[in-house]
Amino acid sequence: MSLASQLVNLLAAFLLLIAFAMLSQRRILTLIHLFAWQGVALAASTFLVAHTTGQTHLYFSAALTVLLKVMLIPWVLHRLIDRLNVKWDVETLINIPTTMLIGIGLAIFAFALAAPISQMASTLTRSTLGIALASVLLSFLMMIVRRKAVPQVIGFLAMENGLFFAATSATYGMPLVVELGVALDVLVGTFIFGIFFFHIREQFDSLEIRHMEKLKED
Amino acid sequence: MDSAPLLGSLYVAVAWLAIALLALISPGNAFFARHLAFPLGALAGLALAAFGLQAVWSPAEQMTLPLGLPDLPFHLRADPLAGFFLMLLGSVATGISVYASGYFREETAGRLALIGLQYHVFLASMAFVILADDAYLFMVAWETMALSSYFLVTTDHRQPAIRSAGFLYLLIAHLGALAILLCFGVMHGGKGDYTFDALRAAGLTPLWSTVAFLLAFFGFGAKAGMIPLHAWLPEAHPAAPSPVSALMSGIMIKTAIYGMVRVIYDLIGGVRWEWGILVLVVGAGTTLFGVLYALMQHDLKRLLAYHSVENIGIILLGLGMSMVFIGFGHPAAGALGLIAALYHTLNHAVFKGLLFLGAGSILHSTKLRNLNDMGGLIRTMPKTAFYFLIGALAISALPPLNGFVSEWLTFQTALQAPVLQNGVVRSLLPLFAATLALAGALTAMCFVKVYGIAFLGRPRESGNAAAPAGGYGHDAGNMERFGMAWLAAGCFVLGLFPTSFLLMLNRVGVSLTGQGLSNEALESNWLWLVPTAAAQASYSPVIFLIVIIGVTLLAFLLVRHFYHGRVRFADPWDCGFPDQTSRMQDTADAFGQPIRHVFGPVFLMQRHMPAPDDRAPRFSLKIEDRHWYLLYLPVARLVGYLSSKIGLLQRGRISIYLLYSFLTLIGLLVFVR
Repeated sequence: MSLASQLVNLLAAFLLLIAFAMLSQRRILTLIHLFAWQGVALAASTFLVAHTTGQTHLYFSAALTVLLKVMLIPWVLHRLIDRLNVKWDVETLINIPTTMLIGIGLAIFAFALAAPISQMASTLTRSTLGIALASVLLSFLMMIVRRKAVPQVIGFLAMENGLFFAATSATYGMPLVVELGVALDVLVGTFIFGIFFFHIREQFDSLEIRHMEKLKED
Repeated sequence: MDSAPLLGSLYVAVAWLAIALLALISPGNAFFARHLAFPLGALAGLALAAFGLQAVWSPAEQMTLPLGLPDLPFHLRADPLAGFFLMLLGSVATGISVYASGYFREETAGRLALIGLQYHVFLASMAFVILADDAYLFMVAWETMALSSYFLVTTDHRQPAIRSAGFLYLLIAHLGALAILLCFGVMHGGKGDYTFDALRAAGLTPLWSTVAFLLAFFGFGAKAGMIPLHAWLPEAHPAAPSPVSALMSGIMIKTAIYGMVRVIYDLIGGVRWEWGILVLVVGAGTTLFGVLYALMQHDLKRLLAYHSVENIGIILLGLGMSMVFIGFGHPAAGALGLIAALYHTLNHAVFKGLLFLGAGSILHSTKLRNLNDMGGLIRTMPKTAFYFLIGALAISALPPLNGFVSEWLTFQTALQAPVLQNGVVRSLLPLFAATLALAGALTAMCFVKVYGIAFLGRPRESGNAAAPAGGYGHDAGNMERFGMAWLAAGCFVLGLFPTSFLLMLNRVGVSLTGQGLSNEALESNWLWLVPTAAAQASYSPVIFLIVIIGVTLLAFLLVRHFYHGRVRFADPWDCGFPDQTSRMQDTADAFGQPIRHVFGPVFLMQRHMPAPDDRAPRFSLKIEDRHWYLLYLPVARLVGYLSSKIGLLQRGRISIYLLYSFLTLIGLLVFVR
């Protein structure tokens, strides 16, 4: 196994570790930092793959990731929680240890799922597909178990990270146009979420999701 | 006219759309919608009738419009069948539009603009349904037709009863549209080409073509109003403004017949006799049921709506016989049945349009819709009474008017039964003919009731006795009368010169079944109508008319010159009972009582009999449709139950919703492994 491939595996392990850390993290501020670090790991692995395989468009992807997911979106989220004044602890629906156990189950499932695909793929990064899937599923789980709106959005963004990683590891990334489009979507989505937060708080004086249960039709 | 009929018809449809838009945006008390929209629409209708007539006699034309989705343009086609229905649409719409220009004149500007928009969109969508040559345009036009007519039905949407009538209509219309969509899907077989040419060439197996037939029959039947899908007709027709009822009953339910003929004869092809038996059974049931319930009604427009159900049954009987004959390999008799059905379609459009317009004039002038309150209207509305009489005679199938011709042709088709090989079917066919005869007699009775109760006698309810001496209300306005006169003239033309229409319909039959009537039938001249062979049967309405006029004149002269010859005015015989009030006259409910007694098990009655010592006795009777309890309400309850179960899924919590998609994702991942 080459050095580059070992490094990519190391970064992938970091990615998964951060995903687990996000799942167990109660504080929103730390959550944002973890999200930013996940972006760093993602950008580094993309850069590494670009360097070893000579896929030039992956350089752009890596740069885009740094710009967007390491700098811009965390900065926006920081501003947001400052303005909304929601730095307190995050409440979860299921307690943290149980969530972690479910998360481990999901990671095993993702690896079992990715095994046959990894066999077929001939890319440098094929062994990391399971990790990518696992981080997608973990982020999804985070969205389910959090009660507040901000961590749910972070979960959503982290899911996009996982997808991006899956794309890089399975096929050396999507075409640049698609990546640009996705990046723009994520950015716009973040802004829209930000605006919604203000409206939700204005309406219910809180960002707790359960207030929206009132909207249900009987 | 030099222009090709297809292009001309397209221009007419576009003109109707343009009128619709202009009616909507016209400023200043809706001047355009009030004074110009409906007369212009009538002119366009006249042009469409001419183009349709031309299309019947021209070879089929096709055209592709640069509209629609990318790679899925709209296709148009005008062939004899489409031409015939375009003629029906154009000619009947002309009369109704002229009438509407008088009827809607006093509406407020806002409502009038909306009615003008919906009315003309409705007309244009019906033209596009007939012109469509691919399933895509057909469905778009079909749904536009359903929606625009829904909004017309709910013109008075502030009344809850009208809203619920509109909802019922929309619901059944969509069930039908769903079946039609599935039918196109079955015919199309996943090849990606939805033009009718491709559907024609599909070559289905017998099983799949039967499935397609059942879907088409159900889907179009829902729009046509065959039982048990008729429930919307008696609700929606009384709810709509009268010209709209006339359009819906006269033309819209005929587009369903068009769809049925187009899909079953043309697109599916290979008609089987078993299908014909199903159509015959449903048609006979619809005919009998429609007329029996019509007899029980006392709301004039509801009564007419049930008669529409009955006449759809008669049309289905003609179609069913035609399918049986074609299925057994007798295309000449099959063509006769098809011609009879299409002829009745045109006839019903004309006389039912006329009757609804007459009912509209009564409603407009007296604000009455309950027959039990009317009476003596012939004195205040003599002209309306005259036109209504023509419509009533035509629907009662009395010669020399048009209703007789098509029912007679249907009987002639039934009399071809001896050529069939299958003994059971051969003996069944006369039974269906007998059903038709019974329905004809009951229809005549029903219109004796309507005409006798509404126009003859004296006003019944005491509240109306305060009206001016001799009655209440005023006669219809000029435009309304002109509209009715146009359709009444249609009843005469269709009744007196059937041969030319027979030859026209023969072209439709040839284009669909590949064979037309016998040579002897085609040589029938303007005087004598011969459906099969002169040795079998022939009919001359003109001679019939001359004989009627002659006998009447003779009787008149004899009475005048050889009997006493005076006109006497005297009180009616009062049975020796001195204090007569107009409430002692026969009412609509009372008139139907014998039939109610004979066919008792058919009806669901709730009667309230006053006690003998009651000081203010009041008899009340409520007749309900059994289908509500046997079919509609159980289905509604089932849907409600299932919805409440599915409603449990909706918890209103984002986490739960996310969990649903999460579990779906996991499930799919496990599945694809």
